[in-house]
Amino acid sequence: MHKRGLLGIESLAIEQIQQVLDRARFYQPLQARTGKKLDTLLGKTIIHIFYESSTRTRTSFEIAAKRLGADTVTITAKGSSVDKGESLLDTLNTLAAMRPDAIVMRHSASGAPHFLARYLETPIINAGDGSHEHPTQALLDALTILDHKPTLAGLRVAIIGDIVHSRVARSNLHLLTKFGAQVVLCGPPPMLPQAFECFSPNVSRTFHIEEAITGADVIMMLRVQLERHGASFVASPNEYFRFYGLQLEHLQAARPDAIVMHPGPINRGREIGSEVADLPRSVILNQVENGIAVRMAVLDLLLTRNFSQPIEELQKTGT
Amino acid sequence: MSDSTQALLIQNGRIIDPSQKMDLQADVLIREGQIAAVGANLASPQTQRLDASGCIVAPGFIDLHAHLREPGREHAETIESGGRAAAAGGFTSVLAMPNTRPVNDNAAVTHFIIQKARQQSPVNVFPVGAISEASRGDRLAAIGEMREAGIVAISDDGMPVMNSSLMRRAMSYASGFGLTVIDHCEDLDLSAGGLMHEGYTAVRYGLAGISAASEAVMVARNILLGAETGARFHVAHLSTAASLEIVREAKRRGLPVTCEVTPHHFTLIDEDVKDYDANYKMKPPLRSRQDREALLEGLADGTVDAIATDHAPHAGSEKMQEFELAPFGIIGFETALALAFEQLVHSGRISLTRLVELFSVNPARIAGLDRGTLKVGAAADITIFNPERRWNYDVNQSQSRSRNTPFHGRSFRGGPVATIAAGKIVWQVESNPSAAHE
Repeated sequence: MHKRGLLGIESLAIEQIQQVLDRARFYQPLQARTGKKLDTLLGKTIIHIFYESSTRTRTSFEIAAKRLGADTVTITAKGSSVDKGESLLDTLNTLAAMRPDAIVMRHSASGAPHFLARYLETPIINAGDGSHEHPTQALLDALTILDHKPTLAGLRVAIIGDIVHSRVARSNLHLLTKFGAQVVLCGPPPMLPQAFECFSPNVSRTFHIEEAITGADVIMMLRVQLERHGASFVASPNEYFRFYGLQLEHLQAARPDAIVMHPGPINRGREIGSEVADLPRSVILNQVENGIAVRMAVLDLLLTRNFSQPIEELQKTGT
Repeated sequence: MSDSTQALLIQNGRIIDPSQKMDLQADVLIREGQIAAVGANLASPQTQRLDASGCIVAPGFIDLHAHLREPGREHAETIESGGRAAAAGGFTSVLAMPNTRPVNDNAAVTHFIIQKARQQSPVNVFPVGAISEASRGDRLAAIGEMREAGIVAISDDGMPVMNSSLMRRAMSYASGFGLTVIDHCEDLDLSAGGLMHEGYTAVRYGLAGISAASEAVMVARNILLGAETGARFHVAHLSTAASLEIVREAKRRGLPVTCEVTPHHFTLIDEDVKDYDANYKMKPPLRSRQDREALLEGLADGTVDAIATDHAPHAGSEKMQEFELAPFGIIGFETALALAFEQLVHSGRISLTRLVELFSVNPARIAGLDRGTLKVGAAADITIFNPERRWNYDVNQSQSRSRNTPFHGRSFRGGPVATIAAGKIVWQVESNPSAAHE
């Protein structure tokens, strides 16, 4: 069964990803104009429901929807029926009954939007589910890389940090390997299980940051997700930075035109040196800017075309 | 349903009773709840007859591991509904795990379960008592008093004893009452936060893993403690190759250890977990392809002693949640035998005799029950099944109050056709093609 929505990169066809990127390029110039508002989604309603704190993604989705002329409602888990003990499915069914044209959701549980998509007719856009996927982040990362490199195929991309807890890493792994990039994962072994090598033959692992960066075209840094595992995975922030933080001298081993990326929020001095974050080759703010163009593209394709993804058949049991 | 005092003649079946090394075409006569005779062409005028042509007649199946949820969670299952589901699965006896509310950690709760079962369950229910008070792992429960009240084993299933000293004392104490210690082997620190088997599927789904070692380390611990105390130790729902190898080695050394495997663990693997469907969420989790292969081997070579369901009902709303919030466990009575046919018998891995050992003879021995046999004078607990019966599992027709199964809609070849407990037909399939002519 196919349903309209964007749940993850894994089940997307290359052509669909290409379609989003092409559409996003159409929206890129709009961001610098003085008048930014279009009427593409005039009369459409989009609900944003965020069960996990978010600044950039939530704002980015909201601005994208508004620039396309849609009406938006934003709900954060605090102050909603969640506090009254309502189940996720009941809450989303309630919102769906108000007939929005799409629901954008972030949730701390991996698979929460996939679970809901089996029951809801309203298209769901995954704005990050637990440690699983963050599809619009991978799409905006691809757009940003392609602003600087002619193609993804054959690029050496180093993803460094708390891989196991990262939905950004997983979505990027799926997208980059679909397009033939070589991905080197790097982090302390407890944050980088061997099973990551099963994603694709184009994925390798290393526990040494110098090795990961050597010859890299793209260096993607990830935040240590303290909220997902406490501080139990590494001894101390200082020790982490010493062995896995990106420092100025590391960059000499990368390609001269290598770019540095970070999905944010960045922790200066934790996973990335402050001076590295501010280098001209750091494209962290370009990522943020591209986020709006990519989310406009996704909303446009979803609500005016038939952008869909396979969804597991619903098991029809009585209760 | 028939009266237990009335006689019943089961005709034309193939009797397979490994307890007497019996495999022959014969009739079975039941009188006053006991096996009265087994032989060819038994005549008994004016007796109720049951045609078992094309079917196997075996000593009643005994499930060493089930959750009947009563007292305390009757919305998910009751002793009555669970008993009916067990009967529909061909089970004549079930061991009821103690993690009810309240926990079965004293004689009063044990009495309640036994009384309730006598009044309402079509099959025999044998309670398992808790090892520790409220299964909290602090102090021993009143094991002796529960023994007097009727428990047949002890276990802190689902809330396993982490404190090795307490476990050692429990084993030592239980050995004095001749009780088997059943343990759900899971190092709760190692498995903390885990949602499915640690491996590529868990990594791909972004779900925290449960390592194979979290089971095996406790299997090893308990075997060592069993060796020191002389207690009989039984591994509940063994799921990994590593655990099985440890059990195999212990048996080679002659240590008193036995183990059971569930149908879902010998049928499914972690890769089968569908798109965050909580009907694939259980503990231990569905393991790797290699683990499943090892279990199939162990079932064939005799290392595995029993098949047990770990029937764990949860009401629909509890499973209709985010994967990480949904409770662990699936129902299992009604699909157990059919899955054993699919995976073990029709695939040529085990014989029908071995099947009956796994479902009846060995479980009786492990729980110390005077059952699992068709000897004259034994309780007339009999399972009649048809290896060729074709049927589909529709969980919406289940006798259980819960619907949490990954096997809904599966087509089967082989299954129970009649269940007889204490001489009474407590369940019968609606249409059995081979025995339709009565």
